[in-house]
Amino acid sequence: MQAFLNKMRDSVTKTQVWKSVFRHGYEDTPRNRYLQVLDNVWLHLHPTRIPRHAGYVRFTWCMGGITFLLFLVTAVTGVLLMFYYRPTAEYAYSDMKFLEFDVPFGMFLRNMHRWAAHGMVITVWLHMFRVFLTGSYKPPREFNWVVGIILLTATLLLSFTGYLLPWDQLSIWAVTVGTNMARATPLLGHEGPFGPELGMRPDNDVRFVLLGGTQVGPPTLLRFYVLHCIFFPIFLCIFIAVHFWRIRKDGGISGPL
Amino acid sequence: MDNLMLILGKPDNIPIIMMLVLFGFFTWLWWREARKNDKLIREGRYCELQAENNDRIFTWPYLARIEFLAAILVMVILTVWSIVLDAPLELPANPAKTPNPSKAPWYFLGLQEMLVYFDPWIAGVIFPTIIIVGLMAIPYIDRNPKGNGYYTWDERKFAISTFLFGFFALWIALIFVGTFLRGPGWNFFAPWDYWDPHKVVAMVNVDLHQFFGIRSSVVAFLFGGFVVTAYFALGVLYYYWKKKTDFVQKLGAARYGVLAFLFLCMMGLPIKMLLRWLFNIKYVWITPWFNI
Ligand code: HEM
Repeated sequence: MQAFLNKMRDSVTKTQVWKSVFRHGYEDTPRNRYLQVLDNVWLHLHPTRIPRHAGYVRFTWCMGGITFLLFLVTAVTGVLLMFYYRPTAEYAYSDMKFLEFDVPFGMFLRNMHRWAAHGMVITVWLHMFRVFLTGSYKPPREFNWVVGIILLTATLLLSFTGYLLPWDQLSIWAVTVGTNMARATPLLGHEGPFGPELGMRPDNDVRFVLLGGTQVGPPTLLRFYVLHCIFFPIFLCIFIAVHFWRIRKDGGISGPL
Repeated sequence: MDNLMLILGKPDNIPIIMMLVLFGFFTWLWWREARKNDKLIREGRYCELQAENNDRIFTWPYLARIEFLAAILVMVILTVWSIVLDAPLELPANPAKTPNPSKAPWYFLGLQEMLVYFDPWIAGVIFPTIIIVGLMAIPYIDRNPKGNGYYTWDERKFAISTFLFGFFALWIALIFVGTFLRGPGWNFFAPWDYWDPHKVVAMVNVDLHQFFGIRSSVVAFLFGGFVVTAYFALGVLYYYWKKKTDFVQKLGAARYGVLAFLFLCMMGLPIKMLLRWLFNIKYVWITPWFNI
């Protein structure tokens, strides 16, 4: 029986096709443990071996990784939502209703996108909190902390631009309150210090540029949609790539030297 | 009380509750680890920590399995959350119908709450900029080489207490107040209060110069300017007072300047809050272009 099973296995794994896909065996040898990481495009972000404490949840809290996972979840559910959503004042709200009542699992999809986004805001704060508390921003990781702050800001803006898209009372007024601040920008806002002196008016200041109008309206919806679905996701991808690259280049996870 | 339950139950406010629980838990975890390490260091056993750092384990399976388990756990939580709690969708957008209160998304409510104490150009523009730039500056200001890569408290008391104060008292707590305790007209309501849109609040605020009985607007302008300048000059005074100490020596003038400026800006918020609560002070400095 055993011999038969072995033969069966060999007839699958000792073929050209199998070997072209899987480059190493699965016996539990140190060599295979290295190769498992090195030969895998996703896992090779990691070093093959890590300091003992890096494998403890109580050290990293897993928060960077969870933030990344939640980002991926929002990306996948977000693309699916885009199939059903039109960023115009006529359709946006009814598309949300359509998702809720007519699209199979539409509400589930929307919920998952929203809660993953809110979760990401929380986990990115927790991640920053842990990086601060382990002093991991200290040399040589200063710059990766700066990259992290850029990621944090982008995460908040990604979330904020998405908040407008349902085009209901909750979203337009939250965004109205948020963007009203821009009026008061020093020099560049029409209610900011020295703004009027520089010729700022409601219809030419920085808030006007942001909203595409003097109040949150259809052009704002389109602007925020493009920022939310194209600009910030790409921006985040680029800086996450830099972030991960720098973790490796700075000598891997921090630890007592 | 009904009112509080109503706000607590808003779908977008559930994450805040989760956040509070998580931060409570992780702060406790940090404290436990920090005390453990501090004890080791006091006993001169730092090398045990280093030994752990130098001891390598295989990524496959020891790290990969934790990552996979964490991913599964997060996905399970997220799935359950998405099944039991629906994302909010209110009435269609109507620019003519302003809800009272109008609130920004919860993660920006700390900033909105600051509007009570500062004008929009400070609370909405200058403070966010200073927060972002200040956070980025941390690694370049903090020259303490200790506590790099492990939890500790004893070795970084100033850095950690400043960060905890800023993060919990001036960010998380303000989000909490802004979400749960601010009702119509952005008035303060205790959890058991009914959110009465017609609540009458006496307008008792005065400006600092009025508090001191100054009438002339020119004198008031100069006085306010003096107070603000003097506040930031405290940083300079402290520099000359403590110049000889290790702390200031290690920083150097430039780093000290940045640190003092950021620190004073941060402390400006609680100071202004106290001035408001205790003396009903609205502005410290009034000028034709801006008020502080
Ligand atoms: C989209 C947001 C972010 C993602 C996806 C992300 C991801 C990660 C991951 C996966 C790690 C590996 C270790 C760990 O999980 O803790 C890490 C480490 C690190 N992160 Fe982030 N991060 C983000 C934002 C931030 C922020 C906001 C900061 C700080 C302000 C930051 C600073 C750092 C630093 C300094 C390290 C190295 C830590 C060490 O060596 O111990 N990151 N990040």
